[in-house]
Amino acid sequence: MHIPDGFIDIPTSATFAALSAVGVAASLKGAARSLDEKTAPLAGLTATFIFAVQMLNFPVAAGTSGHLLGGALAAILVGPYVATLSLTVVLLMQALLFADGGLSAAGLNIFNMSLLGVWFGYGAFLLAKKILPKNKVSITAAATFAGLASVPAAALGFTLQYAIGATATFSITTVLTAMVGTHVLIGIGEAIITGLSVSAVMASRPDLVFGYRGTKKHLEIRES
Amino acid sequence: MKNPLVAAGLVLSFVLAGGASYYASSQPDGLEKVAGDVGFLDSAQESAVEDSPLAGYGVAGVENERISGGLAGVIGVASTAAISFGLFYALRRFKKDKS
Repeated sequence: MHIPDGFIDIPTSATFAALSAVGVAASLKGAARSLDEKTAPLAGLTATFIFAVQMLNFPVAAGTSGHLLGGALAAILVGPYVATLSLTVVLLMQALLFADGGLSAAGLNIFNMSLLGVWFGYGAFLLAKKILPKNKVSITAAATFAGLASVPAAALGFTLQYAIGATATFSITTVLTAMVGTHVLIGIGEAIITGLSVSAVMASRPDLVFGYRGTKKHLEIRES
Repeated sequence: MKNPLVAAGLVLSFVLAGGASYYASSQPDGLEKVAGDVGFLDSAQESAVEDSPLAGYGVAGVENERISGGLAGVIGVASTAAISFGLFYALRRFKKDKS
């Protein structure tokens, strides 16, 4: 999912870099409001863990692999603003140190994974949580669903960027079908890792899980 | 460390990136596969940091693949931890100062 330089033209890359900068700036503000003594270390761990797990490509279909994106996982553990920052740190480290994802493509990648993956994943989580019974198991189930949904969302982001500014001229529907098809499969792996990771934290420190803490607060706001 | 969850998570991250990553699939990822199948893979350009000593998750000059990849993983985890813990502690302090 890490776009190299060259796939998308420079004007489009620059536009998405500007959009990403706005999203990251808003996330800095949002994160400063939500981070405290207890959540700052979990936020650091979330970014670090996602970097590590992104190195673990798993096979999905003949000749294809995928790895965790981590947007939904981070959003559920530490909230969407901190999650966007976590994913952005991971993507910048990968692009700058390991040449994984192009430098001119950094804005494209941040848009797809730090913004779309995180916020779409978080939205899917909230939706599932609303439908499911209010208990701890539902948090894991909702996290699993969110992981599954977040990957095709990021793949759609690439397809949009391709439609606007591809340097190649292949049909957009061909790219759309191939991207979504492949990334639904990768989303299954994402779903499993997201569910397992959230359930591990829920088992040890449920008080730290943003998506779980949010449950009561959310209801209180609605009642008043 | 006060929080055993964070300590355990960090150890796990080092083990995954430093050890388990050797067994990761080296098949092209989803986007690379699609680019190859559709036909736009050759529009990719080399990254400006392609000559970085860590490019491609290996340490330049280290022959043994397991050690080279593992070392790159450990460096990546340590760097990501330094930047992210630094950023989130700084943001937390920023909030405190304002209130």
